[in-house]
Amino acid sequence: MNALTVLASGGDEFQAPGLELFDFPPLFAGGPEWLTKPVVFAVFASVVVCAFFWWAFAKPKLVPRGAQNIGEIGYMFVRDEIARPFLGKNTDRWMPMLMSLFFLIWFWNMFAVVPIIQFPIASHIAFPAVLALFVYFVKVYLGLRRQGPVKYFTNMIPKGLPLPVYFLLVPIEYLSTFLIAPFTHAVRLFANMFAGHMILAFFSLVGFWFLFEKPTAAGFGVGLVGVLVTIILTALELLIQFLQAFLFAMLAAMYIQSGLEAEH
Amino acid sequence: MIRAASVLAAEEANNPLIPHPFELVVGIFSFAVVMIVLGRILVPRLQKTLAERTEAIEGGLVRAEEAQKEAQQVLDQYKAQQKAAAVEASNERRKAEEQGAQIIAEAKEKAQAEARKIVEDAKKQIEAERQQALQSLRAEIGTMSVELAGRVVGESLEDGARQSRVVDRFLEELESRARTQEQVQS
Repeated sequence: MNALTVLASGGDEFQAPGLELFDFPPLFAGGPEWLTKPVVFAVFASVVVCAFFWWAFAKPKLVPRGAQNIGEIGYMFVRDEIARPFLGKNTDRWMPMLMSLFFLIWFWNMFAVVPIIQFPIASHIAFPAVLALFVYFVKVYLGLRRQGPVKYFTNMIPKGLPLPVYFLLVPIEYLSTFLIAPFTHAVRLFANMFAGHMILAFFSLVGFWFLFEKPTAAGFGVGLVGVLVTIILTALELLIQFLQAFLFAMLAAMYIQSGLEAEH
Repeated sequence: MIRAASVLAAEEANNPLIPHPFELVVGIFSFAVVMIVLGRILVPRLQKTLAERTEAIEGGLVRAEEAQKEAQQVLDQYKAQQKAAAVEASNERRKAEEQGAQIIAEAKEKAQAEARKIVEDAKKQIEAERQQALQSLRAEIGTMSVELAGRVVGESLEDGARQSRVVDRFLEELESRARTQEQVQS
């Protein structure tokens, strides 16, 4: 009797949803193992992003009209809030990457609250990991290329400190730049989406269970609270989805700038 | 215990921190698609348009400034022309006035000269007529008075020289008499 069988077995006892929320069988019986719901909607999100921006920017006008206005709001937001504070004069060069990152992640995240889809793609670690690794490789490549293979590693260590400090500082600095940074970059997005989906699923299941599945007089209030909290948390999730996409893109801009020029 | 163990067993294949290899591929593919379409094609287009827009706005400002400058220039030119035209007009007017005055003066002079000439001519004619009248009167009076005197004294005064002397004397008498009369009257 594990959580996986809760819905299928129709047990009498309420059981909170667990990790089985994130497991998907092939889309149809006998289909290839890799063709699952997250895979389909991961690609679908990229198609939606491309389609929207094609609609907006395919033939950009000097005087924007319709979709171009909306697209430009997105572009200005990424440029002014994400790219400029870190990249400064290098902003334009890196806008294609940051736009792609921000909007792909945002759409992936938003799928958590789109009816029928209802699954945040980034809650499967593979997707954030791919993006974080990409940014990581760009960062290291730029560092080696722009600052030189030796200088890149010496630049990130602050100078003029007492010698013993370096025994502590150097490992921490390298560890954080080359191992922890890309890891947290990916995990931060993954964990937020993962937890958000879990919580939403829990409260919506509470509402569904106590109002429809096993309606009882005692359980009615609990079910109502579940529905209300689900609605409120959906609003909160919308904010978090945006925030995490923003944060991911912002960190990407920061890492790239750290590769382009020495921080200290 | 049993439940926990079975949960773990069920999830062993699906540890959420272990990425599915096929999802890595799909993630790369999705990101690549977005990077190509949005990053390589669309964002550069928008950036070009934004640059053009900035240029258009700045160029528009410069053009507006130029147009204003030109308008100011034209206005200045127009004002200068107007001023010149006004000066010219006043010059013309003054010239015309001078000319008019001159014409009037000339006409006046001419008229005066004409009038003077007419008056002189008239005087001359009158004088001539008076002389003529005087002469014929003198001759007539001479013959008449001689005749009269001849008749009165009965002597024939045929001698011409004497005759005219007598007549002259007589006339002078007459004249002096008329003059004294005039003096008395006045």
